[in-house]
Amino acid sequence: MSYLKPLFRHPKLPKNKLGYTLKEYEGSLSTLCAGCGHDSISAAIVQACFEMSVEPHHVAKISGIGCSSKTPTYFLGNSHGFNSVHGRMPSVATGASMANKDMVYFGVSGDGDSASIGMGQFVHVIRRNLNMVYIVMNNGCYGLTKGQDSATADQGSKSKAGSINPFQAIDLASMAIELGASFVAQSFSGDKQQLVPLIKAAMHHKGFAFLNVISPCVTFNNNPGSTKSYDYVREHIEATSTLDFVPEMPEITASYEKGKSTKIALHDGSLIQLNKLETDWDPEDRISAVNALQQARIKNEILTGLLYVNAEWKDLHGVLNTYHKPLNRLDEADLCPGEDNLQAINARFR
Amino acid sequence: MKQAINDFIVRFANVNGTGSASANSLFAKTIFRMGIPVTPKNIFPSNIQGLPTWYEVRVSEKGYLGRREGIDLMVSVNPQSMEKDVKSVKSGGYFMYDSTKKLPAPYFREDIHYLGIPMMEMSNGAFADPRKRQLLKNIIYVGALVKLLSMDVEEVRQLIREQFEGKQQLIDANMQALQLGMDYVEGHFDYPLSFHLERRDLIGDKIMVDGNTASGLGAVYGGATVMAWYPITPSTSVAEAFEHYCKEFRIDPDTGEHKFAIIQAEDELAAMGMVIGANWNGARGFTATSGPGVSLMNEFLGLAYFAEVPAVLIDVQRAGPSTGMPTRTQQSDLLLAAYASHGDTKHVLLIPSSPQECFELTAMSFDLAERLQTPIMVMTDLDLGMNDHVSEPFHWDDNRKYDRGKVLSAEELEHIGKFGRYLDVDGDGIPYRTYPGTHPTKGSFFTRGTSKDEYAAYTEDGAAYKRNMDRLIKKWDTAKKLVPSAQLYQKENQSELGMLFFGTSQYSAEEANDLLQEEGLKIDAIRIKAFPFGSEVEEFVASHRLVFVIEQNRDAQMRKMIIMELETSPSKLIPVLNYDGMPITADAIKSQITQFLTLEKTQPHELSKTTL
Repeated sequence: MSYLKPLFRHPKLPKNKLGYTLKEYEGSLSTLCAGCGHDSISAAIVQACFEMSVEPHHVAKISGIGCSSKTPTYFLGNSHGFNSVHGRMPSVATGASMANKDMVYFGVSGDGDSASIGMGQFVHVIRRNLNMVYIVMNNGCYGLTKGQDSATADQGSKSKAGSINPFQAIDLASMAIELGASFVAQSFSGDKQQLVPLIKAAMHHKGFAFLNVISPCVTFNNNPGSTKSYDYVREHIEATSTLDFVPEMPEITASYEKGKSTKIALHDGSLIQLNKLETDWDPEDRISAVNALQQARIKNEILTGLLYVNAEWKDLHGVLNTYHKPLNRLDEADLCPGEDNLQAINARFR
Repeated sequence: MKQAINDFIVRFANVNGTGSASANSLFAKTIFRMGIPVTPKNIFPSNIQGLPTWYEVRVSEKGYLGRREGIDLMVSVNPQSMEKDVKSVKSGGYFMYDSTKKLPAPYFREDIHYLGIPMMEMSNGAFADPRKRQLLKNIIYVGALVKLLSMDVEEVRQLIREQFEGKQQLIDANMQALQLGMDYVEGHFDYPLSFHLERRDLIGDKIMVDGNTASGLGAVYGGATVMAWYPITPSTSVAEAFEHYCKEFRIDPDTGEHKFAIIQAEDELAAMGMVIGANWNGARGFTATSGPGVSLMNEFLGLAYFAEVPAVLIDVQRAGPSTGMPTRTQQSDLLLAAYASHGDTKHVLLIPSSPQECFELTAMSFDLAERLQTPIMVMTDLDLGMNDHVSEPFHWDDNRKYDRGKVLSAEELEHIGKFGRYLDVDGDGIPYRTYPGTHPTKGSFFTRGTSKDEYAAYTEDGAAYKRNMDRLIKKWDTAKKLVPSAQLYQKENQSELGMLFFGTSQYSAEEANDLLQEEGLKIDAIRIKAFPFGSEVEEFVASHRLVFVIEQNRDAQMRKMIIMELETSPSKLIPVLNYDGMPITADAIKSQITQFLTLEKTQPHELSKTTL
């Protein structure tokens, strides 16, 4: 159990636009190991949703199986969660989104869940540009079954038991860009400063927003020689940019100037402001994003920040041209063609 | 051969991909329009082009719509299968062939009549375009059949006009080909044949349509808005039909927006996941698949059962196991579907027998899925799904409301102290659910495949798990009262013998029963329409000494389900089976029953060892 929540809250805790305090965005007590990176990501989701003044019950949080997939219980207690089956969260999220386009969909997955058993669904949900935030809490190992290597474990990385991983790692962020994800970011669970605005921007992006968050497993993959340990990640992290998210609402997050900055407008008028560290970083250039990720890999660096975004592509609802009202609110009058039409259909079969 | 009016079988032997399907259905549809009961069956290979394909049409004055054995007239235009086709004709029957090429000597039989028509030669002479020549060759044999069987030529012409509406050139060419066939018969043969057609009024307001079209239409009327599917024979046309009718009725005329979402998924696992996601979020979602697809969907079906999420699956069964015979029919997914997934699971099955029931039971499945908060599987088969059937017309009561089941609104939640997702409030085993997004602070719960308590909180407490599992059985008992009852065939005095059948076995079983009655054997009958079995099934089995269970699979799966669920003595349930991939015939049923009864009389001891 990683942390205890105080029962007493200060009556003057800051409130957001809806009048909610952070408490309204919290979930149950985490049962993950103390210090688990996944809890930090949950906290970042809580923070982002609070700051964005999202109605918690308008969020659906869907996951597969694994440590990471348990986290939806630990944030947004007033929203519906669905802990589905291993690797198949994307299809459940797709169906849910088809039923009601008006909600915010968080898909939470792990590296085992997305890069192995669920690779097929991961690939296809990207292809369809489903309007959702898809977070992979990536620790390079299977925590729930006690530390086996996952498909994102780097070649040469050492497991807790001391064995060296002989296989190449699947790079989910490169893959997501390659497959046409319209928003791809990479971050580190220990970097809340970067993660919170990324989640906010992802929520406002109309389309598939992928966040690959390196989230070390404190119990099974935090040993010397592991490339997904806290120490290793901290030493090899390379940010492309820091980021501010400016919602369309009047609330403006203060931006800080560092190097050059660029602004990207999302569908609803929100802005992503990038404060670049790398002077030539253009997050709207797909090819250079893939190149940069490959270069970083050669240099054993973990590139973080908003890697790629395209606000122009239609999301799945746009492609299917679904009705403006959510499909789950349609009734007999909308859906049933009635007896007269049925009799006309009968006549065609005579 | 005896003179037979409206009682014969014609089989067409064609090459797959040569456009024979429309000519053959033109033939069947004309008979239907002449008011005569007719049953066409496609017998096609699992490939794209070039291999033999057959189309069998049974005409039955008595209205029997199942298969019967024996071929009275073979229309053979495929040299590849000709040797086999010649052999399959009944003694005294007819063999029509394309005499453009001389028939090889070994194909001649003394006991059948030959009708050689130079179809290719005639088509080549009349039409310049090579593709047209091939297509219209088929219409030439329809023209020949018009004369040979006294078909109503005006009906044929009308159908051609309807089929090619707006394409005058095609209408003209088809009319010409039709006439060529008719003229050839007039000049060369005595006609009509000893068996032929006479117009009747035996069809009434019935329709002729395939089950998959009916299922797709049923889903539209049943209020399905999300369909996720993965292509698989023989279920694909369910998705096509759903899309077709959605496009006709569900596109907003002002904005062009769709009141439906159809997704061709990457596989069956994803299809089922999407269906579950949609239903969890309050939309009626469904999928259509066949055996291999159901196998892949098992894990999700278990999740939906245990997490109590509605879902609808239309299983158009084909011959298994594994890839089996993808284009042949069977009823062999019963056990797979009924007990899909690991652990103690049971699923509600609906089993239609006709297109009308495909329509009705598909529409009903959405109500049942939401009422029971569980997956419902509609078990059709290739025979029903992909072949045209004469059926009662579809009807819809405009006052009918969708049963959305136990769903709490925000207002209702306000009046509830503590919402318990898995509480058995009404004592029927069915808990209340809420859609995501209903209320800011009340009614949210976590859906999961792991064990939970009444308030949806994860628990591994044995007592809570057991309470939940016991409630699911209570729900199962409630389901027995909600699913359609079995159809009982009333007899004045009950026989000690019964027969039990379901789905497409109905047609042949009814006919077999009549044939047996003609021989003085009285057998009561029951047709099962759903699983779980209602009390009427239990009573039927209990009140008969022997019950013949007719089904189209090797392992007598329905019989096993009855033994398991009703805890009946296996010795009173006698399997009557057919599993060659073709629809069961009346003759097969009759002979298996007669054989059993004869054996029972003569060698009761041996029988108990071997058959039971």
